[in-house]
Amino acid sequence: MDVHLRILRFNPDTDTRPHFEDYTVDADPTERVLDALNTIKWYQDGTLTYRRSCAHGVCGSDAMRINGRNRLACKLLVKEAGTNLVIEPLLGFRVIKDLVVDMEPFFASYRSVLPFLINDDQAPVTERLQSPVDRERFEDTTKCILCAACTTACPITWTNDEFVGPAAIVNAHRFIFDSRDQASSERMQILNQKSGVWRCRTVFNCTDACPRGIQVTRAIEQVKRGILYGDS
Amino acid sequence: MYHRFDVVIVGAGGAGLMAAAQLAGKANIAVVSKLYPTRSHTGAAQGGIGAALGNIEEDHWVWHMFDTVKGGDYIVDQDAAEVLAREAVDAVYELEHMGLPFNRTPDGRIDQRRFGGHTRNFGEAPVRRACFAADRTGHMILQTLYQQGIKHQVNFFNEVMMLDLLLTDDGVCTGIVGMDILTGEIHVFHAKAVLLATGGFGRVFKVTSNALSLTGDGCAIAFRRGLPLEDMEFYQFHPTGIYRLGILLSEAVRGEGGILRNGKGERFMEKYAPTLLDLAPRDMVSRSIFLEVRAGLGVDGKDFVHLDLTHLPREVIEEKLPDIADFVRTYQGLDPVHDLVPIQPTAHYAMGGLPTDVDGRVTVDENNTPIPGLYAAGECACVSVHGANRLGTNSLVDLIVFGRRAGKHMAQFIQHNDLHSLPKEPEFRAEAEIASYLENDGTESAAAIRTELQDVMWQDAGIFRTGAALRQLDAALAELRHRFTRVGLRDHGKTFNMDLVETIETGYLLDVAEAIAAGALAREESRGGHFREDFPNRDDANWLKHTLAYRTSGGLKMRYKPVVITRFEPKERKY
Repeated sequence: MDVHLRILRFNPDTDTRPHFEDYTVDADPTERVLDALNTIKWYQDGTLTYRRSCAHGVCGSDAMRINGRNRLACKLLVKEAGTNLVIEPLLGFRVIKDLVVDMEPFFASYRSVLPFLINDDQAPVTERLQSPVDRERFEDTTKCILCAACTTACPITWTNDEFVGPAAIVNAHRFIFDSRDQASSERMQILNQKSGVWRCRTVFNCTDACPRGIQVTRAIEQVKRGILYGDS
Repeated sequence: MYHRFDVVIVGAGGAGLMAAAQLAGKANIAVVSKLYPTRSHTGAAQGGIGAALGNIEEDHWVWHMFDTVKGGDYIVDQDAAEVLAREAVDAVYELEHMGLPFNRTPDGRIDQRRFGGHTRNFGEAPVRRACFAADRTGHMILQTLYQQGIKHQVNFFNEVMMLDLLLTDDGVCTGIVGMDILTGEIHVFHAKAVLLATGGFGRVFKVTSNALSLTGDGCAIAFRRGLPLEDMEFYQFHPTGIYRLGILLSEAVRGEGGILRNGKGERFMEKYAPTLLDLAPRDMVSRSIFLEVRAGLGVDGKDFVHLDLTHLPREVIEEKLPDIADFVRTYQGLDPVHDLVPIQPTAHYAMGGLPTDVDGRVTVDENNTPIPGLYAAGECACVSVHGANRLGTNSLVDLIVFGRRAGKHMAQFIQHNDLHSLPKEPEFRAEAEIASYLENDGTESAAAIRTELQDVMWQDAGIFRTGAALRQLDAALAELRHRFTRVGLRDHGKTFNMDLVETIETGYLLDVAEAIAAGALAREESRGGHFREDFPNRDDANWLKHTLAYRTSGGLKMRYKPVVITRFEPKERKY
């Protein structure tokens, strides 16, 4: 069937501002939106530019706005998306070209929350023990693929460059609630600053946007409670 | 731009990042990736990483070694398989210490499950050896290792694509040349040691589980520079790809009890592998599916069969296979709790690649002579631990064990070796290649050439091969290479030119395809993933040897090197 795609284009070498271009592709309803983009790029207009890699929702390359919502283009089928698509880059980051945005600020926020296990004790010869119950406390936030769908769906990040954003908090949560980690209080101190969790207004856009189904807002609330009540 | 480092690692998947973790704090290192590291395809690995921890039931590394050798149809180098199986145990503990969130047993240890071809006591029955983090073990390995890179403040060069490997006239590796995709700028990385960890090349086939970016870059570049590729004819087709899309449904599905059924609902693996059934090695299961389809026993007479999970408790599916359930729901609109899942084999893993020794040093001949300063690890390398068919979980084991060994060896190497001078005008070849694409006003489309390549490779170098088809393929590939000289781009810009990136990648695919096809035509026997209908038996008398394919001015040349056999004499492979 014919699918019409209206794509926001911007080439820094030739354009002063972004503009929409229209394409029509013949797509099977079970194809991914990414397949439709590939059809354009490979057979109609080789200048169309976007990131992509795994094509099945695990690498996080192709987050973009599709009909106003942040989605992974490889995890949305044409039959769900409909035959008229408006595709734009993620909001809140500088557009490099077409659907490619500058991810550096996103990864800088991620790095700021110490996203790695900190445990200065001598490691045992075999594994550190962890009960299934303890592991379950941070299971949900281990799923993050750093696609930035949540952070760029958050209205706070659109207007406030300082806010670390939901993805960074998710990755802090992943360690704060890991029984093997020893730096929870340090991370919570970082997130207790004005760039941290208190910027969150519990809008739930992040949770809606997450292609991995992470309960992002709940994770942020758990970190807030951790800071308030020392619960981690 | 010019950079100088002790070590440059190309590729930021499991092997590259594991090597980086060994070097952190000991050397000035750069990790160069054409993606952001967390986009690497290690993250797509699902089921588990094999290691004889024996947390659930008795297990020994030598059993793991045996399974690896037998699974590889005895063309595995057994010294390397021993290293793999022995060191898997420590490597898994090291990952756990870095923070990897493995699933746990009730007493808090790393949980383990069954996987294809992994057995106790030399083939008696399946054993629980695969350590796992739900069905996203690779995702957790990739995240954990990237986190270590952040912790140790590794220099990451993200979205920089390798274009050339720098070798001096006397055969010493002195660095690489790359292109910053963002700006189109050429970067020269001058180093004492280079690790190629660029991954596989599944995109050479039409139906594949591999990411779009898996185009064999490191293998193709080295091949162009005259280095050999080993055992390229051994390519793994995973039995359970989502029908038509090729997206992987992990063997863990069958490890947890999933069953393959043909169009009549029969558990057809009873016919082909009476002991291990659905958990037989992947090459056998893929061929079995193909034979069922050929006999008209596919579902509705079509080219797929069913993966049946409907007898499993819902909790097992939701808790141990959540991502897989999500894939089936998203891409097939089916619920694996109630519905049979249509699957077909999908091109999955290259057993072959750059020949290396057990320390990751790239070697160039039958005597395993290393090139000073050049290393390879992971799917782009051929140690060879996978032989003719890789066992499930052993790709992750390979990344971690040999990424680790390469990292440790490089740490020593750079202590004892000086930085060699770069060849004159090191960026010349890379710049000329880019200019030829950007300035060529050719009429051929890289996408069209790539699509045709994938079609002919799938048809003629797929699960079943014949001499006639492979000769036809050879001619088709020559024609595609010729057309590629007239390729024209639509995007001639400098900024984030993915048209250029995809064109360069297509060139790499054409090169690895040539090596695969030539190796497959030469090898007149059937072994593991390489099945010749005109030579359906394994032929140890003539073919128990590794292929080394070289590109020379007179075309491809094949040489062969002996297989290392230490503990297990080759036997017929039955399951």
